[in-house]
Amino acid sequence: MTPAQQLARKLSRSRRDFLRDAAGLGLGSALMSSSPLLHGAVAAKKRKTIVITFGGGARDQETFAPEGQENIPNLLKELIPQSSFFTQVVNQGILGHYVATASLATGVYETLNNFSAVPPEHPTVFEYFRKDLHRPLSDAWVVAPSNGFNRIGESDYRSYGPGMGARVVLPKHLLGAAISGSSTDYQHLLSDNYETPLYAPQLAGGEVELQQLEMILKLSVDDFKAHARTISSPDELSMFIVRRLMQQESPSLLWITLHDIDIAHAGAYSLYVDAIRRTDRLCAELWSAVQSEPEYAGNTTMFILPDFGRDGDQDAGGNGFQHHRTGDVASRTTWMMAMGAGVRQGVVYDRPMQSIDLVPTLGAMMGFTPSLSQGKAIKELV
Amino acid sequence: MLPRDLKAEQFADYPPQARALAVSHLAALQQLPLSFVPSLLREVIDYDYKFPAERVAIDKELANLSSLSPPQLNDWFQAFSQLSLSSKLEQFDWMNQPARFVEQLSAYLWTTQQLDSFRKAATVYNDRLRSATPPDPIPVRRLGIAVIGQGVASYDAPLFRNLRPHGAYFASVKPDNGLTLLLNAVEARAKAHPAAYGHWYIDGGQPAGHSPMLTCVSYEGLEPVRAALLHNIQTEIQRPGMGPEELRTHLATLTPADLGMSKSGDEVLDRFQVRLLTEGSGTQIFSTTFAQWTAREALRRAQPLTMLVRFAPRQRQRPMNELLSTGHGTAELDFAGSLVDADMGAYYNWINQQRLPGAEQSAFLVWFEGHNQAIAIGPSIPRGSVSTTVADPGELAALVVA
Repeated sequence: MTPAQQLARKLSRSRRDFLRDAAGLGLGSALMSSSPLLHGAVAAKKRKTIVITFGGGARDQETFAPEGQENIPNLLKELIPQSSFFTQVVNQGILGHYVATASLATGVYETLNNFSAVPPEHPTVFEYFRKDLHRPLSDAWVVAPSNGFNRIGESDYRSYGPGMGARVVLPKHLLGAAISGSSTDYQHLLSDNYETPLYAPQLAGGEVELQQLEMILKLSVDDFKAHARTISSPDELSMFIVRRLMQQESPSLLWITLHDIDIAHAGAYSLYVDAIRRTDRLCAELWSAVQSEPEYAGNTTMFILPDFGRDGDQDAGGNGFQHHRTGDVASRTTWMMAMGAGVRQGVVYDRPMQSIDLVPTLGAMMGFTPSLSQGKAIKELV
Repeated sequence: MLPRDLKAEQFADYPPQARALAVSHLAALQQLPLSFVPSLLREVIDYDYKFPAERVAIDKELANLSSLSPPQLNDWFQAFSQLSLSSKLEQFDWMNQPARFVEQLSAYLWTTQQLDSFRKAATVYNDRLRSATPPDPIPVRRLGIAVIGQGVASYDAPLFRNLRPHGAYFASVKPDNGLTLLLNAVEARAKAHPAAYGHWYIDGGQPAGHSPMLTCVSYEGLEPVRAALLHNIQTEIQRPGMGPEELRTHLATLTPADLGMSKSGDEVLDRFQVRLLTEGSGTQIFSTTFAQWTAREALRRAQPLTMLVRFAPRQRQRPMNELLSTGHGTAELDFAGSLVDADMGAYYNWINQQRLPGAEQSAFLVWFEGHNQAIAIGPSIPRGSVSTTVADPGELAALVVA
């Protein structure tokens, strides 16, 4: 075992111990004799899947470690007891949010330029899902945080690609289009993309246009603006869009990338912690919404995972929580929870897995074949 | 071009001292791998504008490289040589644009999954270099001071959580005139141990009166530079073909004069300050980030004997609904949030100080400005302890270096 693997394992063990103390969960290896799906929870055709990724990881000391648990009361006390929790999810790819999210969505470590508006090189989970299961465009949606994500919905891979992926909605872009005029101070620029705070990329198509607000979300521009004035952060706006999508379109595959935590790049620790607390609350609210929506209640599996971590305090190449530039173990090792239909509750799994394992797992659960994915289905979930 | 093809005349565009230095060590540079040389030249090309501590480090590193025999160089750089680079990188003008090359190299290493190998090679090299070129002893115990919580009337949550295990918590500090007492202590050290860029005062707001012997950087003092930078960015991002990477490359070329700084100023310090704003993330927006990053960079680069960092309240991050409803008024301040930022920032200042030579003898003090709480860390201070001693901040500064 290399030193890096030892460190990753130590991180994983810490998370398991923290969870045992805080939420009283059991270790999963003893319970792994058979798949939860064998117990027949859900028919595949009715299954709904929601994936929440954090584009901007949170470290253990601000979350699962004893000093951080005050920041994630909903995850700890409400969601994790209902979940299968995987303590050691390693991202071996490029640690930029767009490219890492693309990797999560394709099951391949993508190597595209993180700061370019280019599609993933390999087919996305949305393309596999729609093509194999003959699903309409309305059945797969992505709610993404910033302009740079507008091509995340589909690859340019031959035999998949344009027209076969998910619709992408960028709530902040929608809002920007809805409000007249624009401000140009630093804070506005920061609000688009925390990873490159001084530059907001222009869009080149692929987003939902304003007029579609009314057609798809059944929401007038004025109502949209009015609601936006009642909420405090971009992720809250994203969750509002997600709720509308669930009510109006009821997609079977819904992918949300939250981004408020990435305010950490601005270096203000209190804002980073505030965003962790907000994200914790929003995850619980979404799960609660799932229970209250007839199309989703009882047949939805939800995944929550950061795309990767953040730099540790002790690495001289970084600046602690602020960035994820060092490629150290803390920035590569994160976690995942799965909950809902077909998933065992209150179990912790320690074994290492990779973030690219998500897509084949979704394929096995939902009935499609992600043939080009390089990950492996997570046996504890399928 | 590969390093073995380097010629003395190719350094013609380097500043005078940098050119002389590179030429005098040309034979060594020619024997190094391409995956390494531009990182070294990135430091060399700015030699004329470096702090004394940086110059000493570069001199020592080049002298060490020149002293190694070819087999020794092979041994030292084997791991770097094994990295595979693209022909595009080989053809890049890395000698004249080493910083830009290093950016592209970094992206290439990430893409080709060689970053971990590079990181390991760099770590081994740095450890080896440190052993071969041990730092000179410093004349006095290094002292770091952080003053946090300016303007906070009361705060009930625990402070110094990260630092308490390393020192003594004081809950009976006499706060009157505390900042002046600390600045006096810093000035006294500057008088006793004069050194260029050896004693710093960093303020996240408007600096208090201080001795001219201190190197001072402040957020308010750089307000015109920040405004000029914002204007520059707004102009640049309108240009066709501009993207985040292009913008970063542009920012790296900015000089003090480009941002309206006086040509008669201290060019070394002015360039340092421009870099704080063009390379730092969030330093343009939040004063707490500015103070922490300035301290980090000053410690890393200038290795001061004394550093006092006073965190000031930053502007409040306005929630989205306010931005939509009220336009852009005067920024309000977030006192409590800034205290949390500064508490973490002080911890990072200590970590960064501990990376410098003499760490085992260094001292550190954090004081909650205007209040009676402080944490004191020093070789003679019991770790994880609580002290009932009544003392003012100046007395605590004396205690930690005793």
